[in-house]
Amino acid sequence: MADGSSVPIGAMAPASGAARQKGSLHKLARHRSTTAFLLCLPLILLIAAFVVYPAFYAIYLSMLNKKMTAFVGLNNFAFLLKRHTFQLVIFQSCLFAITAVVLKALLGFIIAHLMHNIPGGNQKIWRGLLLVPWVIPLALSTLSWWWMFDPSYSAFNWILNQFGFDNVPWLGVGWIARACTIVVNVWYGTPFFMIMYLAALKSVPEQLYEAASIDGAGAVQKLFFVTLPMMRNIIAITVLFSLIVTFADFDIVRILTSGGPQDMTHVFATYAFQVGIQSGDIPLGASVSLFMFPLLAFAAFFVLRGVTKRSKEIAA
Amino acid sequence: MPLSKSNATRRKVLKLTAASAALPLVHIRTGRAAGKVSIAFWDHWVPTGNDVMKKQVDAWAAKNQVEVQADFITAVGQKNILTIAAEKQAKTGHDVQAFPTWEVHNNAEAMEPIDDVMKQLTGQYGQVNSVCEYLAKIKGQWMAVPTSSGTQYKGPCGRISLLKEHAGLDIVGMYPAKSEHTKASDDWTWDAHLKAAEACKKAGKPFAIGLGTTTDSVDTAGTLFKAFGAELVDKDGNITVKSDKVRAVLEFGKKLVPVLPDDAVSYDDASNNRALISGHSALIWNPPSAWAVARRDAPAVAEDCWSFPAPKGPAGRFEPYLPYFWGVWSFSKNKSAAKELITFLMQRDNVQERCAVVLGYDVPPFQSMLDFKVWDEVGPPTGTVYNYPLRPFHEATAHIAALPAPPEIAVQIYNRGTMPTMLAKLKSGQSVDQVISWANDELEGFTR
Repeated sequence: MADGSSVPIGAMAPASGAARQKGSLHKLARHRSTTAFLLCLPLILLIAAFVVYPAFYAIYLSMLNKKMTAFVGLNNFAFLLKRHTFQLVIFQSCLFAITAVVLKALLGFIIAHLMHNIPGGNQKIWRGLLLVPWVIPLALSTLSWWWMFDPSYSAFNWILNQFGFDNVPWLGVGWIARACTIVVNVWYGTPFFMIMYLAALKSVPEQLYEAASIDGAGAVQKLFFVTLPMMRNIIAITVLFSLIVTFADFDIVRILTSGGPQDMTHVFATYAFQVGIQSGDIPLGASVSLFMFPLLAFAAFFVLRGVTKRSKEIAA
Repeated sequence: MPLSKSNATRRKVLKLTAASAALPLVHIRTGRAAGKVSIAFWDHWVPTGNDVMKKQVDAWAAKNQVEVQADFITAVGQKNILTIAAEKQAKTGHDVQAFPTWEVHNNAEAMEPIDDVMKQLTGQYGQVNSVCEYLAKIKGQWMAVPTSSGTQYKGPCGRISLLKEHAGLDIVGMYPAKSEHTKASDDWTWDAHLKAAEACKKAGKPFAIGLGTTTDSVDTAGTLFKAFGAELVDKDGNITVKSDKVRAVLEFGKKLVPVLPDDAVSYDDASNNRALISGHSALIWNPPSAWAVARRDAPAVAEDCWSFPAPKGPAGRFEPYLPYFWGVWSFSKNKSAAKELITFLMQRDNVQERCAVVLGYDVPPFQSMLDFKVWDEVGPPTGTVYNYPLRPFHEATAHIAALPAPPEIAVQIYNRGTMPTMLAKLKSGQSVDQVISWANDELEGFTR
């Protein structure tokens, strides 16, 4: 040995075997990508079984004829685009998703700022309370909203009546019903934005604000030149995530209006259900549900590319 | 023991072999050694309806030594339709399913023809009505058996006192609880219905008829259209919406929709029930479920309710009818036992027992079973549902909205609520021409 001490031959043999075994385990463990893959494997399998396979199956279904006996390519999509009702569904889905996401983002941003400025333990209480709409199962909370909008016994109408106003057919007139579905979605989704933005706000280094103050920046300038640039990634990801989820919304419209009155609140998911499941045209239903997929995938690609680019810039 | 030559002839051995080969077939046909059968029933809104069904299934299972798994699947949220769609796609699930209205046609290619069961049942109890045939007899073959469980008529259910007071309509006199055709019933027309609706609206008790897209709205609109002979699509699949009859029904609709509740377009299947039970409405179109709930929650209202047939139009009197069916999947592993179970459950005594438990809500598909005492006896008031199932002296025909269009088109007209939406458009102020133009565009999409 290098220090001049000696060890009898064979005395190290068992120890070296164990060390070799330990070493190979360590080597495997050190191989970080393998470990990461193994840890992720259960999730990958779940996603493959419950997301990837159904997605590809839906794409396959959307290319079949009504009886599911012949391949028709993109004919179902071409057929849908010609239908007036489906054009209405596209308009409503976009109106519903974009309006709701913009409102949720704005309200979430404002509430997150207000929350950020609440000192100490009180913030935790308010944070918990404001998360309640997001925590309650959506179907249940929408049912409560439906009772409040109920055609005949609306709680809101009762209040209006107390002040001498007439009943409002909340879910009986197209534009009012559209507004109601958006309001419920905003009520449900704002806490998600709020909590994400609050987390982002807390991660903005205080020194940046101090430096901006020294440079003479006011509150608005701090917002536009410090807060927003620092939150840009989280805003992008939150908006993208919410847009995808809102475009896929089913519960709210299904429970509140079932797509009525006169198809004026149908979104992709409810229309797909009506066409595919209720009317027995599963391929057409699959086509409806997949309609936004290319557009959302396209948007997701660019948003995530922007996020990665900015992350690299910050890291550099 | 060695066989003697005389005992084991070639002929005897062949006979024995043939007999033993036939044994398992005979055995399966009886269902005794069939092992296991699973059946999905419609989850009845009357809990005891499920209990009596379970009891009958258990009795059959014990007698035939078959293990039966009976599941009750709710129609709330259309879970039953989702289950049917999933089982069809997966080609596995229950052996027997309860198929609501249009689901036999939607799933026929995955179902087992059931002519043998229908032959036996019709031999015992007579023919079923034309709606059942339209919905379940496909290319000359019965694909499912019309059942009583969940099958309903959806004619008017009115408040005796309110209709008399505000509209001068004596519904008990018109349709008494006995097998009798009255002169007054001849005057029960859609015009009389409109007049009564106007009077009751004026009195603050409007007819709670929905113009939404759920079944109650669709069935009422469907029967109105049929009473005027108005078909959107004919039996050959031609779009016939631009016809004088459709125009006539829409002209009538223009007079009817203003007297319906202001929120009629946002009605679902519970809205009309609530309107009746709360005392806000003089008449709804519904099975006696609303009355049954009122019996529990608003006894005074229930005591004032009376079910009776639909009014007559220029083309006749048509009663909304929604049948349920029991069918066997083609991928079922135990078709013979499944068919035996269905046959057993459709025997008169069993149907009668189930019908009595649910206060007569379930209507048997066979005319010969309409003599059950339940409709004479339940109340209050006694006889309130006597005229709920169609009887010969009603001179009415069972009808489902969109009939006689080919079912693959009709199902879309029905589920998209085309007819009530046409009326809803009139209520929103659109002209008859605009409504017809919209419907024509929709129908072109359905007939692809």
